[in-house]
Amino acid sequence: MTEIELLSWARGPGLQIATIIFVAGVVIRVLEILLLGRKANLAEAKGGEMSSGLKTMITRTVPDRTTFKRSSVTIVSGYAFHIGLFVVCFLSAPHILFLKDIIGFGWPSAPTAVIDAFAVITIIAMLVTLVNRLTNRVMRYLTNFEDLLTWFVTFLPVITGYIAFHRIGMTAPTLLAVHILSVELLLVVFPFTKLMHAFTLFIARWYNGAISGYRGVAS
Amino acid sequence: MKKDLLLKDGNPQQGNPLGGTLGESLRSQGVSRRSFMKFCATTASMMALPPSMIPMIANALENARRPSVIWLSFQECTGCTESLTRAHTSTVESLIFDAISLDYHHTLQAASGHAAEAAREVAMEENFGNYLLVVDGSIPLDNPGYSTIAGISNLDMLTESAKGAAAIVAVGTCATYGGIPHANPNPTGAVSVKDIIKDKPIINVPGCPPIPVVITGVLAHYLTFGAIPELDHIGRPKVFYGQSIHDRCYRRPFYDKGQFAETFDDEGAKKGWCLYKLGCKGPTTYNACATTKWNNGTSFPIESGHPCIGCSEPDFWDGGGFYKALSLPTEDLSKTAVYAAAGAAAAGVAVSALNRGKKNASNKIHIKTTIDDLTQE
Amino acid sequence: MSSVGITQFNIQMGDELTQNVQPLLHEIRHALAALLESGKASIIDLRSIPLAPGEEEAIIEALGKGEINARLEALGPSDIYETRFAGVWLTSHYNEDHVVVSRFIEITELPAILRSQREDMAGALETLNEELQKQATS
Repeated sequence: MTEIELLSWARGPGLQIATIIFVAGVVIRVLEILLLGRKANLAEAKGGEMSSGLKTMITRTVPDRTTFKRSSVTIVSGYAFHIGLFVVCFLSAPHILFLKDIIGFGWPSAPTAVIDAFAVITIIAMLVTLVNRLTNRVMRYLTNFEDLLTWFVTFLPVITGYIAFHRIGMTAPTLLAVHILSVELLLVVFPFTKLMHAFTLFIARWYNGAISGYRGVAS
Repeated sequence: MKKDLLLKDGNPQQGNPLGGTLGESLRSQGVSRRSFMKFCATTASMMALPPSMIPMIANALENARRPSVIWLSFQECTGCTESLTRAHTSTVESLIFDAISLDYHHTLQAASGHAAEAAREVAMEENFGNYLLVVDGSIPLDNPGYSTIAGISNLDMLTESAKGAAAIVAVGTCATYGGIPHANPNPTGAVSVKDIIKDKPIINVPGCPPIPVVITGVLAHYLTFGAIPELDHIGRPKVFYGQSIHDRCYRRPFYDKGQFAETFDDEGAKKGWCLYKLGCKGPTTYNACATTKWNNGTSFPIESGHPCIGCSEPDFWDGGGFYKALSLPTEDLSKTAVYAAAGAAAAGVAVSALNRGKKNASNKIHIKTTIDDLTQE
Repeated sequence: MSSVGITQFNIQMGDELTQNVQPLLHEIRHALAALLESGKASIIDLRSIPLAPGEEEAIIEALGKGEINARLEALGPSDIYETRFAGVWLTSHYNEDHVVVSRFIEITELPAILRSQREDMAGALETLNEELQKQATS
């Protein structure tokens, strides 16, 4: 297989397979959660569910003081790489073009120098989270294979994208193919791991807020 | 210059009238030392070698012997030969052709039929082990009858002619990687030279067609160093194919700034912005177009406002469309996504029904613990 | 290219595109300093540098023209002139259709191609001898 054939496979059949698994997996899992239903709450409602739920979706974004003190490394590096991932994924021109092809609309891109800087921030922040996870005794105790797998499949597209942009080591078609394949791996793994938090996070926050709201307590 | 390429009546004995070194042959033609220096400087520039090597090149060319060259054309469009003969009418580059003895080229030679084939056979015999074999066009393997010359199948002619070759120069994307004949569904079973010949050094000079000075540059390199140039992983000389079009493109700053032409006639296109979104294959294409340029250095496709189609890469014809940006999927992903989502929604409902069933069943077999259970001895 | 005035298809004539003009002038400055200090000559091949349309002209304009301008007729014309910076020469080789085939910036006291060449002088001596002999015998 030549490198151009590899690239063609990655852009064609590979992407098709990965998309089917990703979309189907995510839809099934989200439906499963939503349709399972909750037991009817027999207690009398002491407040609204909706407003409290929505409020919590936002307020939980800011860590409280004690939590921040206790795990500042996790929070700072976590935020850094999530913001970095957002910028790199959604503001670089080739990525916007890709999304536009699928969803039908695009938006302005950021200059490559900005993308490059955020890519470096993301890479560093992700390495910090990994080191922190492996050196902190409690974190290490809590870490299982899935945590490392999800870290790896998230890190891979970032680092391969960075290498592909700077053409390090291999020729451009191979680097681009490897980058696309790494994204496909991420898409395939996504629905079956805790990467699903990207979709379930706000549902879970809403439930938390809603429960508190029903009881009439602060969330 | 075309005159120089033509053989005299296909008589192979006359094919190599100058037995001596290139220097002697040029002097006998009244070429001054200054002309030779100019030629060497231009050759160095052509081969993308540092100017500090000009004296060394002059010395090597001075003492080089005229090699016999046999040029075979298989499944091709003659575009490669056209690129070479039309684009360069200048005296300086034509010296390269004075420097070789082109003993067989069925499009350019005056001789035809048996005389032409005899010229090839004699050249092969006389220069066995020393001649340079140039090939353009792919070789059909499905049915040898798809392409023959003088009743000889391309495969037979290639294997026979390759035996005594010092090296093979595969010119054009067809000879190097199968090219357009090899494109899906490849009706003739076309393959490249490298797919057939395994025991000879092969220099791949891809492009559709290749840049003429790249072809002459490779010949000059062979003449100068008596060896094949350093090649990349798919057999291309690194001096010409070492950098991507994207990395050498004068429109690169627009890419970095995020300024793109969205269509062929918008403001961005008029301002000369990056053609990435219009399907430019510059980032994955390795060739010298951006620096060497075409038509005697006039411009290259991107300079004329058209994205690079990646013609010097294998399978460029099947790369998912010339006007589809590189980061785009080659197939319709949104349709796939919608179908997958619809199918998954149905599956999700079904799975949820099963889950509910399971939940109800476990609710049913659930036994409540009462105070009696706890007070039991 | 510039010499024959071939139509520029490209509308873009930006002046700060590849940003290679300034670095190139600095390279010339270093080479000139080296020539003064150690007598080491150097040559820069203009074809080896990616330049946007108009940038080669910008470099040539920046270098300007000096006191010497030589025209060579060998396999087509060549223009060799000293720029307004002494010791910095611009050599442009053209083919017979007056199209640039190679262009160099030479940082040297005198470009080698301008000197009379030993091989040519030997040939000239031979020709002169022949002609004088012919005159003597006639």
